[in-house]
Parts: sequence; C-alpha cells; structure tokens
Amino acid sequence: MLLNEYLLLAAFLFCTGVYGALARKNSVLVLMSIELILNAVNINLIAFGAFNHTVAGQVFALFVIAVAAAEVGVGLAIVLLIYRNRHSIDLDKVDVMKG
Amino acid sequence: MTWFLTNAWLIPLIPALSFVVILLFGKRLPNKGSEVGVIAVSASFVLAIGTAIAWIQRATSGEEHLRPAANNDLFLWFKFGPSETHFGIHIDGLAVMLLFVVTFIALMVHIFSLEYLRGDRRYTYYFAALSLFTASMLTMVSASNSLQLLLGWEGMGVCSFMLIGHWWEDKANSDAALKAFLTTRTGDIGLLIGLTMTFFLAGQTFDIEKINQAALAGHMPHTLLLVAGIALMGAVVGKSAQFPLHTWLPDAMAGPTPVSALIHAATMVVAGVYLVARFYGVFSQAFHIFTPGNSGFNLVAIIGGVTIIIAALLAFVQHDIKKVLAYSTVSQLGYMVMALGVGAWTAAIFHLFTHAFFKADLFLGAGSVSHSGSHHSFDMKKDMGGLRKQMPVTFVTFVIGSAALAGIFPLAGFWSKDEILVGAGHNGYVAFMVIGLIGAMMTAGYMTRCVWLTFFGEYRGHGHPHESPRQITGPLIILTFMAVVAGWVNGFGLHYFQKWTANPVVESAMRLGRVTEAPFSWAAAALSVTLVLIAIAFAWAYYEYHAFGFLHGLTERNATAKAGYTFVEQKYYLDHLWTDVVVGSIKRPIAAGAYWVNQHVIDGAVNGTAAGSRVVAEFVYRYIDQDLVDGAVNGTAFSAEEGGSILRRMQTGRVQQYAAAFFGFGVVIIGIGLLALTHSF
Repeated sequence: MLLNEYLLLAAFLFCTGVYGALARKNSVLVLMSIELILNAVNINLIAFGAFNHTVAGQVFALFVIAVAAAEVGVGLAIVLLIYRNRHSIDLDKVDVMKG
Repeated sequence: MTWFLTNAWLIPLIPALSFVVILLFGKRLPNKGSEVGVIAVSASFVLAIGTAIAWIQRATSGEEHLRPAANNDLFLWFKFGPSETHFGIHIDGLAVMLLFVVTFIALMVHIFSLEYLRGDRRYTYYFAALSLFTASMLTMVSASNSLQLLLGWEGMGVCSFMLIGHWWEDKANSDAALKAFLTTRTGDIGLLIGLTMTFFLAGQTFDIEKINQAALAGHMPHTLLLVAGIALMGAVVGKSAQFPLHTWLPDAMAGPTPVSALIHAATMVVAGVYLVARFYGVFSQAFHIFTPGNSGFNLVAIIGGVTIIIAALLAFVQHDIKKVLAYSTVSQLGYMVMALGVGAWTAAIFHLFTHAFFKADLFLGAGSVSHSGSHHSFDMKKDMGGLRKQMPVTFVTFVIGSAALAGIFPLAGFWSKDEILVGAGHNGYVAFMVIGLIGAMMTAGYMTRCVWLTFFGEYRGHGHPHESPRQITGPLIILTFMAVVAGWVNGFGLHYFQKWTANPVVESAMRLGRVTEAPFSWAAAALSVTLVLIAIAFAWAYYEYHAFGFLHGLTERNATAKAGYTFVEQKYYLDHLWTDVVVGSIKRPIAAGAYWVNQHVIDGAVNGTAAGSRVVAEFVYRYIDQDLVDGAVNGTAFSAEEGGSILRRMQTGRVQQYAAAFFGFGVVIIGIGLLALTHSF
C-alpha cells in the first residue's frame, strides 16, 4: 500500500483543524476543529499500523476516540455554561483571565 | 470465631457501599439516606465487636499472640519488578482496637446527627460524607501495606474538608475547610517522602510488617532512616495537629459539632498517632527511642511535650466552648505523641482509646448545649452560664467527661495519663514526665473554667434553654459510661489492654533497648491526682468565689501580664506566621511584629533592668527594622510588582492566542528536532 496518500490526507485535515481552532470565533466550531485534529492523528495511527502490519495503531486510535468523546462532553458542558452566563459563545469575549 | 478475623475486610467495605448507596438513592429514601448510614455503621460495629472478641480469644491463647492474626491478602493490587503489592488487611491488637473505637464513635455520632442536623439542606450528603469518612478511616487502620494506608489517610483528608465546609455558604467555614486541607497537605508531603524512602530502604516492599522488621534488623543506613523518620513525623505533625502545624484544628470547629466529635477529636486526628504506632520499628530506630544512655530527648517526644503545654495555655483564653475542647484535643494528642516518643507505646494507644470516648462525649455535650441551650451559639461568655438546672443530663455527662479528661481517679483518663507519666519516668525521660504533670494540672484548670462558664453562674443568653431530646442524650449517656469504664481494662493493675494489643514489633524494639513495660505505681498515681485536684480547687475558687483577688483584672493593670495574655490570645501569632509571613508575601507582619516585640517585651525588660536595653531596642527598631528589614521587604515586593506588570501583558485571557503560541512553539521545537535528526545522519 501507499502510505503517502494517507499521510497527505491527515496533514490536510490537521491543518484545517489548526486553522479552525485558531481563527474561528464560535466555541462550538473550535471544538469541532479540535476533533478534526484528533482524527488526523487517528488516520496517521491507523495508516502506520496497517503499513507495519500491527494492530497497535488501531488500538491507540480507539483510545483516542474514547478520550475525545469524553473531552467533547466536558467541552460542550463548558460552552453551555458560558452561554448561560454571558448569552454568547464568542471566544473573544471570554477573557476574564486577562492579567 | 476466626471467621471474624479472616473476614474483617467487610468492616471498611460496608460503609464504602453505604456511601455509594446514599449518594445514588439517598434523596429518594424516606429518611433521606440517613437510615442507610446508621444501618451500615451498626453492621460494621457488630462485626468490629466480633473481631475484637475473636482477637482477644486468640491473643490470650498461648504463643500465637505474637503473630498478627489475620494478615489476609485479598487480591494482587499491582506488581512491578520483583515487588508485588497485595490489597489486604492486617488485623492485630492495634487495628482491632481502632476498628472498635472508630465504629463505636461513628455509630454514636450518626445517631446524634439524626436529630442535630434535622432539616439541614444537605442532610443526605452529610450522611454520605460520614460514611465515606468511616470507610476511609477503617481502611487505614486495617491496611497491610503503606499504600493502602496512604489511600485511607487521604480519603479522610478529603472527607474532613467536605465536612468542615458543610455550611460553605458562610465564607469563614469554607476558609476553615481550605485551611485544614492545605495545612494537613503540607504534612502529607512528608508522608509521601517517608513512604517512598521506607519502600526502598526495606528492599522494595510496601508491606508495613516487613518495613518494620527491616528497620529493627539494623540493615538500614541510619542517616537515611532518620530522614525518613523526620519526613513521616511531618505527616504526624500535620494530621495530628502538633506544634507548629496545630493551627488548623481549632478552625476546623467551623464544621457541624458531631463532625468535630468524630473527625476532629476521636478518630481522624489520631491518625498521626496511629502512624507512629504502626511504623514503630522505623520510629524507634530512627530517633533512638530505646537506646540506653540517650540524653532523654528526641524529636517525637519534644514535639509532643511542646504541644501539650502550648495548646493547654491556649485553651485558657478561648471564649468558644468548642475551641476549648479543640485545644484540649491538640494537647491530649501531644500526650500520645510524647508517650510514643518516650517509648510508652501501650500507654500511648491506651490514651488514644480512652480519649476517644471522653472527648467525643465532651464535644457532643457542647453540641447539645448549643442545640437546646444557647440558641446555636458556642460562646461561653455571652450565651451560656447556669445551664445545669435546665439541662441536667447534659450537665452530668459533661462534668463526668471533664473529670475523665482531667484524670480523676478512677475514670478513664486517669489510667491512661498515669501510664504515660509512669512510662516516661521509667524509660529515663524525666523532663517529659514533669511536662506531663504540668499539662495535667493545666488540663484540670481549663476544664474547670469551661464547666463553670457553661453550667454555673447566671444564664447570660437570650434563648429558652431546655434539655435535648433522646437522640442527643442517648449517645451522651453511652459515651459517659464508656468514659468511666474504658480505663478499667488496663487499670487497677490488670493489664488486659496490654496483653490484647501486644505487638511483636514493639516488643522486639524494647528488647533491643533492654526496656520493659513500666509497672503501675500508686505513688505516682497519688501524686498526679493530688496535683489535678489542687488545680481544680484553685480554678474553682478563682471562678466561683472570686478568690485570689489580686489575680482578677491583672491583665488590665499590669503591662507584662497583659502582653502575655495578648500573646496567648493571638495564638502565639502562629496563624499570622503561616498566613501572612510564610504564605503571603512578606511585608507588614515582620516589621509590625518586631515593632510590637520592641514596644511590649523589650519595654518590660527596660522597666525592670536598665535603660541600656532601650538604646539597643531603638537601634534595632530604627536601623535594622526600618532600613534593613523593611528595605529588603519593600525591595522584594517592588521587584515582584514590576516584574508582574511586565509579564501580565502576555496574559490576554484569549484562549486562541495561547493556542497560537502553543502551536508556534510546537512547530519551532519540531523543526529543531528535524534539523538535528537530519544533520546527525
């Protein structure tokens, strides 16, 4: 199999995710972008795993998916609380930690 | 009967399950989950009694008493390398005694709380936390390895935090909870270091028995053993509220009174004492407790002795009845630690045993007074007085508890305190015997003051005092009964308690130092009782008949006396030391404190001696204080402020800027890594 195509796809997804996480103002979209980053990593893990004929890559990917699910749960709960308190999910407005 | 010994793991397990059940279903049950807690603790109590009986049968039947009865490994917890750690229970005399005490006091407190916290908004969570606490404490006392002990230890810390801050809407309460948690955590750093060191010193094992045996065998380098002992002592100082980390315990009285009785008097605070007793091989070797011809001093005994006196002095100036009892607890814990330091092991855990009953009795008595007598206030001077007529049951139980605490023959406290004093003299620690006697007199004095202010004189409050209902007086009466008889198991020259708790580790430690258990002595007993009675008579005459007139108002007339009073009333400024000087940035308190010392202490000396010292004081004040100390302090503060104002600009509060910086640094580091890789090949 050819590894390159998978890695290129993963790199593209990763860059999209980083762009989204850094540039979008909407917290939900930022969370989704983080999911993209994680999935890019998953693709890499599975691709390398298949390339080396080992199951470890898929196992790791499963772990990442499970942790990502938990992380989104916490993240969405935070977004919900932010919305409840400030009636907006614009990330630029959440800067109470400003020094 | 051996069924009880091999299945003693049920005792901690039942309250742990009860915690889960109360948390999940408590609010839907008819009594809001309290019934689950009471039933679970009762079950544990019954099992603990069975275990105690089984153990006594075993310990008194020949040679077998030297072996721990049930070192029952339940399952393999984890292993790495050659070392395996089993989750198990270690049942011996010490563990059985504590299992009994903890379940007994917990049961009394559960019953008391049914009425005391009726209608509380977090009733269910209160009982859940009590269950979790009981489970943690029982886990700790039956632990067979040091990690399991740590598990229970930290679990207790969390529950203590939750329960002190039970009424967290009041800022003072949540502050007290934080203070208690953080102060004990400070000591717990020592516990982590100590347990890690003993793990390696004993050849990679967490098994407490093996650690003790390795320490006694003398294969460990003494310097390392001493460092481990000092680190473990840090944990004792934190958890058992010894000088100088005792400041958290009086503040912990912010919690509900039954919690104070259970956690901050009878059980959790003795965890430090238990730690020393459990690791006695390590402690006795590290601090040379039994070494013949030692100087009669070691760190454990000194910390205990200092704590006795310091805390007892503080108990004299408190207005809050619970704080009197809290400082009394600190002082009594000092006795236990001192007893361990002077090699009176049996006396120490015997005092732990008796103290649990009468101090829980006193705390619950104080709770009863505030519940029905003083309208939820604990201020003796403002809201109490003359309550003996309206609250006869509370009055009688409180007085008997106080007498037991003061050490009146033949109540519980007399036998245990007497054993500590005799043991200290017997093992060559004469100075500590004298400290113990002075402490006993002070104990009698402040308890007389406390009883007089609460129950005698005129009623000063504004409520309608009446006797408490049966759920409150019931536990009081049972605990008072125990406060009377608990001492008899080792009193009158009957050494049952000593036989039941006989510990192979302690015995081999004593054999190394050629020391024996101290025999009971009527002369010493007569001396201590006489001194205690003198102290009571003195305090009684002072308060009831206003005798010793020259002493009344002395603190207002005499500058030295006033300075001394202020010094004690401010708790030796230890709180200020920790919060303002050590924790907060060092600014005002040092200068103010030094200035205060100049004004009061040195002025006093000047009046008495010569004007020369005034010049010195002036010099110190003007140049060292104002220029050197203040200069250094202000300089530190100034540089911190300047540095902060520059660095704060980096902190915009915008998550995405942080993330961008994060990714940027990531790219730079990966780039460097790639460059290094490609160039090295």
